[in-house]
Amino acid sequence: MTALRTPADATGVEAAPLSSYVNGYWSRVRGGEMGALPAILGLIVLCTVFSIVRPAFLTAGNFANLLPQGAAVTVIAMGLVFVLLLGEIDLSAGYTSGVCAAILALALSDYDLPWYLAILAALVTGTVVGFVLGSLVAKVGIPSFVVTLAAFLAFQGVVLLLIKGGTIISIQDPVILAIGNKNVPPVLGWVLFALGVGAYAAVQLLRIRGRQRRGLTHDPLSLVLIRVGALAVLGGWAVYVLNQERSRNPAIVSLKGVPIVVPIIVALLVILTFVLKRTGYGLHIYAVGGNREAARRAGINTDRIRISAFVVCSTMAAVGGIIAASRANSVDANTGGSNVLLYAVGAAVIGGTSLFGGKGRILDAVLGGAVVAVIDNGMGLMGFSSGVRFIVTGSVLLLAAGVDALSRRRAATAGLR
Amino acid sequence: MNGTDQRPLLELRGLYKSFGAVQVLHDVDFSINPGQVTALVGDNGAGKSTLVKCISGIYSHDSGEFRFEGRPITIHGPRDAADLGIEIVYQDLALCDNLDIVQNMFLGRERRRNAVLDDPTMEQMAAETLASLAVRTVKSVRQQVASLSGGQRQTVAIAKAVLWNSKVVILDEPTAALGVAQTAQVLELVRRLADNGLAVVLISHNMNDVFAVSDRIAALYLGRMVAQVKATDVTHGQIVELITAGRSGDLGLPPQAEAAVAMDANGVDQ
Repeated sequence: MTALRTPADATGVEAAPLSSYVNGYWSRVRGGEMGALPAILGLIVLCTVFSIVRPAFLTAGNFANLLPQGAAVTVIAMGLVFVLLLGEIDLSAGYTSGVCAAILALALSDYDLPWYLAILAALVTGTVVGFVLGSLVAKVGIPSFVVTLAAFLAFQGVVLLLIKGGTIISIQDPVILAIGNKNVPPVLGWVLFALGVGAYAAVQLLRIRGRQRRGLTHDPLSLVLIRVGALAVLGGWAVYVLNQERSRNPAIVSLKGVPIVVPIIVALLVILTFVLKRTGYGLHIYAVGGNREAARRAGINTDRIRISAFVVCSTMAAVGGIIAASRANSVDANTGGSNVLLYAVGAAVIGGTSLFGGKGRILDAVLGGAVVAVIDNGMGLMGFSSGVRFIVTGSVLLLAAGVDALSRRRAATAGLR
Repeated sequence: MNGTDQRPLLELRGLYKSFGAVQVLHDVDFSINPGQVTALVGDNGAGKSTLVKCISGIYSHDSGEFRFEGRPITIHGPRDAADLGIEIVYQDLALCDNLDIVQNMFLGRERRRNAVLDDPTMEQMAAETLASLAVRTVKSVRQQVASLSGGQRQTVAIAKAVLWNSKVVILDEPTAALGVAQTAQVLELVRRLADNGLAVVLISHNMNDVFAVSDRIAALYLGRMVAQVKATDVTHGQIVELITAGRSGDLGLPPQAEAAVAMDANGVDQ
């Protein structure tokens, strides 16, 4: 046990060397705090295997397909992270997205509303659903598992009623269709990329400066540069690849640029991460998930926090539903159904969000969503039936949940939890 | 440790509290002084926790008078107590394992700047508070609480209570789950709180702890305050007698009252 670093003797404190961060990270991993490591390793392994077995996997065209394919699930998973952080679950998120997509389609087709009002209607529907579910859990005290299981069934019925049995409502609005199907112009893609990397670097450097000025410990500059560099290289490579011409017949129709869903997901990632990590509200979510009684004694309105998490989750499900409807050009009885919910829960858990509450990040949903999308896409390319794909995805979810449970045990023995 | 003649910071007179038919606190007088550690002792079910919960506003009391710094006050809820500067460190600590020391210390009362958490300021204040308590056992204030030992957690819980310029800190069995060395650390911290001018109430079953740090000892017996004495005026044995029998020599309940109390006290469970 060494002495606490007080501000008085902190004047001499410089950033710890990079090696100590690497060591610290490694000891956390060994102690069971694996974070996003399994997802990243899984992503690398999966991409390598699929690229070798099916060279078509590694084409710009497939890459551009992969992103919108996984977008809806990823967005729903982002919302689920809020609920999972509390140690709750929302099994109805998939069909909530279906209901909201049906509302969107009806607003566009039956009521001829402009696209922005239709989107608003879908989002408000999600918010109301989340408020009702959250109130039933927090105020009435029904376990979230049961509440959302009931909603899962009921919303399936709501979707059927909304689309009047087995019909398909097609979507014609060009703006809505663009969300899931169109690309950002290549130049704008580069501009957004430059802005994003620049903003990230600026935020990181400003934080270091601020902490330095107050004599607090901070991340070493080298680590920040590595992070910014990695983001620039990966992002730049992705933008470059996506900006390649991927139309078979460029003379007839040109197809290039970053899919529009990518900046949407990045924006949601940044906003929700900011909410969770930098605001009092986000901290209270973690606190309620970590120890509800302690949060209550600290004067936090735990009921309001729990309701709000369900509201965020269902609203994000609505966003996912909008993306799914746009991608499919239509809404039918299956929108948000079948595997959507399990893929979303799987995405969050594979990314490293704990099912036991108190641990998780929005980035987990994105990384896990990528894993799920790669499995689905790669196995589809390899010609496996959807039966096999379900089994494999189910196994991966089970594996991720197992890693979560085991790492908790490991952390307990390592004295970390 | 100057005498008990100074004006008490918090004074309770004639406090009654019952749960239904069960009279848990019976005409309790209790006073605590700034700069002193007042030990609150009593057997299981004597009413220690109930008394503390009445002070902290978690329970309402049936009748009785509260005076804080000489002024009569009423406490309707935990908020009122916190506003007066009364902080309670519960036995079960109430820390979030998944948050770090700074986040736990400021939980529910975070510093914000333009709606964003002001982490650097909170980190500095937390470090200063720990330094003012001469806590040298935690490596970094950014450590997760999950990685702390029992004594370190207790230290964080206590530091959390004193962060808010509190005037009264009530510690519910702070050493119950600790080893020898950690107990010594926490007791040292308790003593330092009083030396810094706070009024400290220490609830404990351990007579060694009580005599090690307290200036005054208040003994509860079946819901009655049987003695409030200077720690130097009594012996270990006398306090044990007060706890178990309600009287010791000329201290505590008069003999006939003692018998009556013992007779109608079957059912006190708090």
